[in-house]
Amino acid sequence: MSAPTARRIEFIAVAVIATQLIVVFPLLNSAGVISDFTLNLWGKYLCYALLAISVDLLWGYTGLLSLGQALFFSLGGYMLGMHLMRMIGDLGQYKKPIPDFLIFLGWTELPTFWKPFSSFPFAAAMVVLLPGLVALVFGFLAFRSRIKGVYFSILTQALTYGGSLMFFRNDLLMGGNNGFTDYKFLLGADVRDASTQRALFIATAVTLVLVYLGCSWLSRTKLGLIQRAIRDGENRVLFSGYAAAGFKLFIFVVAALIASVGGALYVPQVGIINPSEMTPDKSLEAVVWVAVGGRGTLVGPVIGAIVVNALKSWATRAYPDLWLFFLGGMFIVVVLLLPGGIVSLPGRLKTWWARRTAASAETAAPVAS
Amino acid sequence: MDRILTMNFFHRARRLLVFAALTIGLVAHAADPARPIIAQAALAETPAQRIAIITSLIGSGDESIQGLLAAWKEDALFVYTAPDGAKIPVQLSGDKDDQDAQTAARVDTGQPLLSPAGQPLRLIARELTAVEHTSALRRAMKAVLDLLDLSTPNLKKRISAIQTLGFAQDAEKLPALRARQKLETVPAAQLALREAIALIGLKDASTEVKLASLQELEALHPIGSADALKTALKEAEAAPHPSLTAAARAALNAVDRHLTTVNFFGTLFRGLSLGSILLVVALGLAITFGLMGVINMAHGEMIAVGAYTTYVVQNVFGPGLALSPFGFSFHLPGMNTGGWVYESYFLFALPLSFLSAALVGIAMERTVIQWLYRRPLESLLATWGVSLFLQQFFRRVFGSNNVQVSSPSYLSDNWTFNDIIFGWNRVFVIGFAGLIVLGVWLVLTRTSLGLLIRAVMQNRNMASCMGVRTERVNMLTFGLGSGLAGLAGAFLSQIGNVGPSLGQSYIVDCFMTVVVGGVGNLPGTVVSAFGIGLADQSLQQILLNPVLGKITVLVAIILFLQWRPAGIFVTKSRSLEG
Repeated sequence: MSAPTARRIEFIAVAVIATQLIVVFPLLNSAGVISDFTLNLWGKYLCYALLAISVDLLWGYTGLLSLGQALFFSLGGYMLGMHLMRMIGDLGQYKKPIPDFLIFLGWTELPTFWKPFSSFPFAAAMVVLLPGLVALVFGFLAFRSRIKGVYFSILTQALTYGGSLMFFRNDLLMGGNNGFTDYKFLLGADVRDASTQRALFIATAVTLVLVYLGCSWLSRTKLGLIQRAIRDGENRVLFSGYAAAGFKLFIFVVAALIASVGGALYVPQVGIINPSEMTPDKSLEAVVWVAVGGRGTLVGPVIGAIVVNALKSWATRAYPDLWLFFLGGMFIVVVLLLPGGIVSLPGRLKTWWARRTAASAETAAPVAS
Repeated sequence: MDRILTMNFFHRARRLLVFAALTIGLVAHAADPARPIIAQAALAETPAQRIAIITSLIGSGDESIQGLLAAWKEDALFVYTAPDGAKIPVQLSGDKDDQDAQTAARVDTGQPLLSPAGQPLRLIARELTAVEHTSALRRAMKAVLDLLDLSTPNLKKRISAIQTLGFAQDAEKLPALRARQKLETVPAAQLALREAIALIGLKDASTEVKLASLQELEALHPIGSADALKTALKEAEAAPHPSLTAAARAALNAVDRHLTTVNFFGTLFRGLSLGSILLVVALGLAITFGLMGVINMAHGEMIAVGAYTTYVVQNVFGPGLALSPFGFSFHLPGMNTGGWVYESYFLFALPLSFLSAALVGIAMERTVIQWLYRRPLESLLATWGVSLFLQQFFRRVFGSNNVQVSSPSYLSDNWTFNDIIFGWNRVFVIGFAGLIVLGVWLVLTRTSLGLLIRAVMQNRNMASCMGVRTERVNMLTFGLGSGLAGLAGAFLSQIGNVGPSLGQSYIVDCFMTVVVGGVGNLPGTVVSAFGIGLADQSLQQILLNPVLGKITVLVAIILFLQWRPAGIFVTKSRSLEG
């Protein structure tokens, strides 16, 4: 199978799945075949798929295991969440024009930094700007001092940990423990309406397909080549005269943006954002999705995010006590026995089958002669 | 008849004794000397006599006074006339039976009232006359009760009573404090008395007394006097009275200076103890991560294994433990020990927690980690899986709530030195951390196992070629690192709560400690553990906010690594990948 054929197959598969997600699912939902709950659940999975792609872009393609993606994911969510909180207007518990938790903290007026979030374009810009800026500063510092490998993981983990500690505090004025919830309107539409949720689902699916295509294009460019070269032998890249730090920083920021857009789409669909989404555990969970799906591919993270989360939805209901055993066990088994993830299964089966037939042919041969 | 005579004789003798005590003006610390006095007051004929006798109790610290006077005020004190005509004050208490009778106790001895036949008598309240109390008498009683704790033999209670009186700044209590000052022998209580008297002196009308009190407070600089001094300063400024103002300022400054010193040393001490905990936890990590290159995300769960082992050992020494993991339920039999045997449980728990964590670590190394020595990033993921697994395991076995581990008495007290509090558990942790560092250093540098460990970590292939059984060395090294985490868990159980996610709260700090110290470098770990511990505590003090302090430390670490990417102490190597 030559490369162009493979690409054509990939293109057709993507086109088919994209139409499924963007057109067929929402249509079936409006016809009542797929329940609102199921569509909402899938919308959530697709957001997780975006998060998984961002992890994979760093880990699978550049060799940087970032445990900070949950931070960017929830930062994006918080930025849109602030707009959604403003859109509640005076429909909150206290019937005041500012969010309930601020009244609870004794505020009578909106704090200054909250004010611009009344505008959707500003909030949407912040979804991109804030996580991008955090990633830029942190990435610059980390890559400049050539922090890599495990140290990079530990530092990003600490960054996420620090972020969650900060958002758990009430005096950050970001809702503390409880975060933001009880949204009412987004762009004039009622967030809780089935049609709004459907539109959000379509938006998520479109974003996912665009991100997929973008990353797939990126991996075919020269930059993608350098990216993988950094993964496989950073020193050689350095000695060949490339400033690896700049490339890594670029990828890091792009990955942060993908995660944060995923988070911004996640919040109105799930209806809540709180600091527990920001913990290092969540980052690690996203890494499991990628590992299970298959890292170093773009399909892998999407498959992994959907499969693991579908499994989680089922297992936390059917066996709530055993889910964590299962997740932990999955982690160990995938790392030890299936480093390529689910997407590597067909190939493995094929080689196994080929070896088996070859072996049986060998044993059969002497008998025949 | 003989009996009654002797009783009367005793009665008189007691009265004599009481009067003797009154004339001397002090009450000896015999067993309950207050009881006969109260009995006598109950029998006194005029209210004035009663008040005089009750007032004489001021300065006495008897345990019985409070109960008896309370009973008196609640009309539970009666005068019982014995068949022979002797009047005996009794206290009725307990539930009434169907004849409304209650148990009666003699006021003068506290023993049950006996009939002539020697049987305990039950009396009916309405058939007796209650001992009267006028409002003047009740005031006298209140004065006695207020000052009761001044003389209690319990030193801590006594000092706190003295301080309470001082802070109230009530001039009426001054005579009692002065009386007590003459009797007090314990230096700490004497100091408290001087402080209290000086504090009361601030409210005195005469300027000289005020001035003297301010100077006394300046010399003593008790922390609690700051508010009173501020008030005094305001009054002096309002008066206006320059010399008093100056004296009050000086006293206030002295208190402030003292407070700064106390806070400084308190922070230093807390920082040291936090650093020691970090050190013990991070030392294990420095071995598994620093020397072996394995990212053990389950290191925190090794801490929890140690802490839960301590919990189990404690319960085995005590009443036993009922566990119901995975639907089975069984009861771990307890030895039901008490006293020092029970308290010694911690000494057994220390080695056991090391062993249990080491065993779990070795099991983990054999099943998971040995396949991942060449893939550090993946060891991070797989061990995180193990960590989830273990956390859920703890939840199923010990429940998802925190369990209680009680500190033995030799760890739960504290020393207060110049207002700085040194908790024994923290002192113990600091001392033990030093021992552990010494032990680990000795193992690594002075034993053949240490030699093998260092050889394998420096060059696995070469060591293997020289005939070192690298697999076995890996296993033992990992066991050592995990065991140290278990030891840390035993300490943590004495300082904080033990719960399934105990390890999670330390893991990030631990990795930070090792990274800052320089990977594979034990002295670096020691320095960075104390550095981070001190920075954390002092930032908490400066920023007045624990979370903000923690975040600042994290940011500081990230910036520090800009300056020294390889940690405090760099292991120099010509290898490109370091």
